[in-house]
Amino acid sequence: MAALGQTSRPGGGRRLRTSTRIYTVVGLFALIASFPFLWAIVTMFKTDPDLYNAKNNPFLYNQPPTLGHIRLLFQQTPYLTFVRNTVVIGALVVLITLALSLPAAYALARLTGRWGGRIGVLIFLVYLIPPTLLFIPLSRMVASMRLQDSIWSLVVVYPTFTVPLSTWLLNGFFKSIPRDVEEQAQVDGYSRFQAFVRTVLPLALPGIFTVVVFAFTLTMHEFIYALAFVASSDHMTISVGVPTNLVRGDVFFWQSLMASAVIIAVPVALIYNFFLDRFVQGFTMGAVKG
Amino acid sequence: MTTAAPPAPTATRERHRRYLFDREGILGSLLLLPSVAYLLALVGFPLVMALIYAFTNITTGNPVLHFVGLDTFRAALSDPVTRTSLRNTVVFTLISQAIVVVLSVVLAFALRANFRGKWIARFLILLPWTTPIALGTIAWLWMLDSIFSPIDWVLSHVGITSPNSHMFWLGRTHLAMGSVIAVQAWRMLPLATVILLAGLTSIPQDVREAAEIDGAGFWRRMFGIDIPLLLPISAVALLFGLVFSFTDMTVVFVLTRGGPQNATQVLASWAFFKGIEGGSLGEGAAVAVFMFPVLAGLAALILRMVSRAEVS
Amino acid sequence: MAVVETRGVRKVFVGQTPAIDGIDLATKEGEYLVLLGPSGSGKTTLLRMIAGLERPTEGDVLIGGRVVNDLPPRVRRIAMVFQSYALYPHKTVAQNISFPLAAGGMAKEKRPERIKWASSLLGIDHLLDRKPRQLSGGERQRVALARALVREPQVFLLDEPLSNLDAKLRSSAREDLKEFQRQVGITTIYVTHDQVEAMGLGDRIAVLDKGRLQQLGTPHEIYHEPANTFVATFLGSPPMNLLEHDGALVGFRPEHFLPEPLVSERDGRVPFEYRVDRVEYLGSDRLVYGSIPAISPGTRVIARLPFTVTTPVNEGADERFAVAESSLRFFGLDGGERIPAQPFKLKGVSA
Repeated sequence: MAALGQTSRPGGGRRLRTSTRIYTVVGLFALIASFPFLWAIVTMFKTDPDLYNAKNNPFLYNQPPTLGHIRLLFQQTPYLTFVRNTVVIGALVVLITLALSLPAAYALARLTGRWGGRIGVLIFLVYLIPPTLLFIPLSRMVASMRLQDSIWSLVVVYPTFTVPLSTWLLNGFFKSIPRDVEEQAQVDGYSRFQAFVRTVLPLALPGIFTVVVFAFTLTMHEFIYALAFVASSDHMTISVGVPTNLVRGDVFFWQSLMASAVIIAVPVALIYNFFLDRFVQGFTMGAVKG
Repeated sequence: MTTAAPPAPTATRERHRRYLFDREGILGSLLLLPSVAYLLALVGFPLVMALIYAFTNITTGNPVLHFVGLDTFRAALSDPVTRTSLRNTVVFTLISQAIVVVLSVVLAFALRANFRGKWIARFLILLPWTTPIALGTIAWLWMLDSIFSPIDWVLSHVGITSPNSHMFWLGRTHLAMGSVIAVQAWRMLPLATVILLAGLTSIPQDVREAAEIDGAGFWRRMFGIDIPLLLPISAVALLFGLVFSFTDMTVVFVLTRGGPQNATQVLASWAFFKGIEGGSLGEGAAVAVFMFPVLAGLAALILRMVSRAEVS
Repeated sequence: MAVVETRGVRKVFVGQTPAIDGIDLATKEGEYLVLLGPSGSGKTTLLRMIAGLERPTEGDVLIGGRVVNDLPPRVRRIAMVFQSYALYPHKTVAQNISFPLAAGGMAKEKRPERIKWASSLLGIDHLLDRKPRQLSGGERQRVALARALVREPQVFLLDEPLSNLDAKLRSSAREDLKEFQRQVGITTIYVTHDQVEAMGLGDRIAVLDKGRLQQLGTPHEIYHEPANTFVATFLGSPPMNLLEHDGALVGFRPEHFLPEPLVSERDGRVPFEYRVDRVEYLGSDRLVYGSIPAISPGTRVIARLPFTVTTPVNEGADERFAVAESSLRFFGLDGGERIPAQPFKLKGVSA
């Protein structure tokens, strides 16, 4: 186990002496965490003869790397369709989520007393209900709404998990904005709604932005409903299209498959990292305040 | 000596219907209504239907609610795959979360310090969680390939296994189970770590300094102060992880499709294969319903923790 | 300019004891009325009901003769300054001040003139482009006042606006506030828990405790003719001494409790044997802590001697002190209400 090796100097602050053991532990975890992706990155540039030769060292390019597989991915597979579907669904779901959760979060933060607190907890608990319990009846509901095998089935169903989370996050944000400023605006001449728009919203923009990012990425990650409701590749998202559809016959085009994963994974990871602190802040704020 | 209110003529009352929206209670309910209605329709209702389906023999071919009592349940229970799925689900959940708990504590403590390159380290460590699950699992699918796995290559070149041998990570019963558990732990570790780290940094500095003045050394501080104060938040994180792993099927589906021969089948994936792919909605629902008691119990636990946190 | 009235106002929050339990109150036009009371007395709740931020559970609130219970704040033509000043953090000072004008629909061209008027009245016209976070506490308060003034409200409501200021700043700010109100002449209702502020600022003071009005009167009336023991002990620092005697509570203020020779016989001198425990030297005064064993050995009795009184007072000694009979106040034992003066006869003390 790593020792943190902190020394405190008398009469001064603490000075951290990071030991090599921390680097080792963290390095090990970082390697294990990222190794599949590093491996995917190596793989995606390998030529077929290089890759499919079991005698070759898999970590080296025994033949020069090629962009051919990436080209194949974009030109000869429905990958771009998947990307387009994912973006469209994501945008629509974000809009629906904001439309539903902004008023709900405001109501919970300002307008309701104890019964509001209970409803807030219930809304949050909805997030815990697993899709694998709901997907069977939902598939019938989707079919009876004639939305099966279309992106609209997902647009309609995805807010079931983005709305609880957004409401919770936004609730925490609104609660942290003092009432005074809103009430002052009401005294100064605005109705409650106008006061909200003019004083609370500008201050809550960071929270709203965080919600947008998370709603979008949750949509992008989702697999189960997409798998259950959509069958034809024209309407698939990346998350379900890549594992099920980028297989021609029984042959896995591994390099293209790896490329398809990496191309999405890295930018999303970068964005997530920027917003992580805010998300955690919202998580713990919500947990403490219920 | 209070001054009495001067007698005044009857004062006029302003019409109040115009200002309906300024009344707190009504406005609050109105604003909550859309979300609550939506969730009731698309979560509450299907939840009830899932329970109802389990008592019918409804299929996609014949979508009629024909009640058959416990027949569907009996059929599900007598099916050995269902029993295997149940057992696998428990094993899968408990072992993967146990790994996550232990490792996340280690990682959280290690990440508490600030060091050069922390940003990169954090980026890499978070990759399993920030990537869409299906895509991360695909990467593992390739890494565990029966012929071209780099792990096999390293193992045989280092001498642990005989040259050019293959482990068939996903082809052998116990190895397949182990692989699935490992991938699940791999992808849930970052979130647990982040939550623990947030909990760690929220431990007030003066408590730790008081302990140091009182003479507590590094290990005692960690086990006597940090870990106990972390317990609430890590309990919530663990409960979430348990709920999620118990009911998830993504890793199993992408990695093994439940194979080899249902060795890695879990309740959620089996419900999928039966209900959605197979079209036998009633049976699928019955299998899914087995998840329900455990889920309800865990949810009750979470509720109790959250409300206790509210009180404090 | 308007009169604010409350009639039988009650406010009950769900599951709690009433915050306001029946208050009848009426301001005079243009007066500076202070709502004074300890925390939890309901003074802020009362203010918020007058503002329209809370609805009374029972009773009526009237402004300028109209019942305003159902009217939202924006229609009541009131201005309010919160304890935190509630300046809009994302707007400049000028924008903060013009906010109510924009809300009221005033044409854009007309606004700068009013902004200038309000800001020069409060001496902040050099700060118009700054943001709130760049201002000191005193400056923020003045911005809040300018913003309140700019709409020409009929009532000013202030909720402890001085409590966020440094102690030193508070007394000069108090002076400024009083001067400001005198100039604009708008009916003002001011909430505070600080009796010094209340006495210094108020034309009249409404003393509240536990949601009830204890007394409404001028500072002089409240201080010298308290209606009950609460008012008697809440005002005055140190508070009025209260002793149980002869079936009633007798009270006298520390500044009226002096060494016997200093109280003239013609004022009806009432002598006491005063056992001194401790003397505090405060510079301008001496505070003497002790008890009067003949009446109530366990009750602490405090005397305040200005520096002009040079009589030596020794710790541990029994000194002869006295109170003028006209300075005695009598209260009922049961409930603490003020009762008419009765002749004070102390048994066993030689005159």
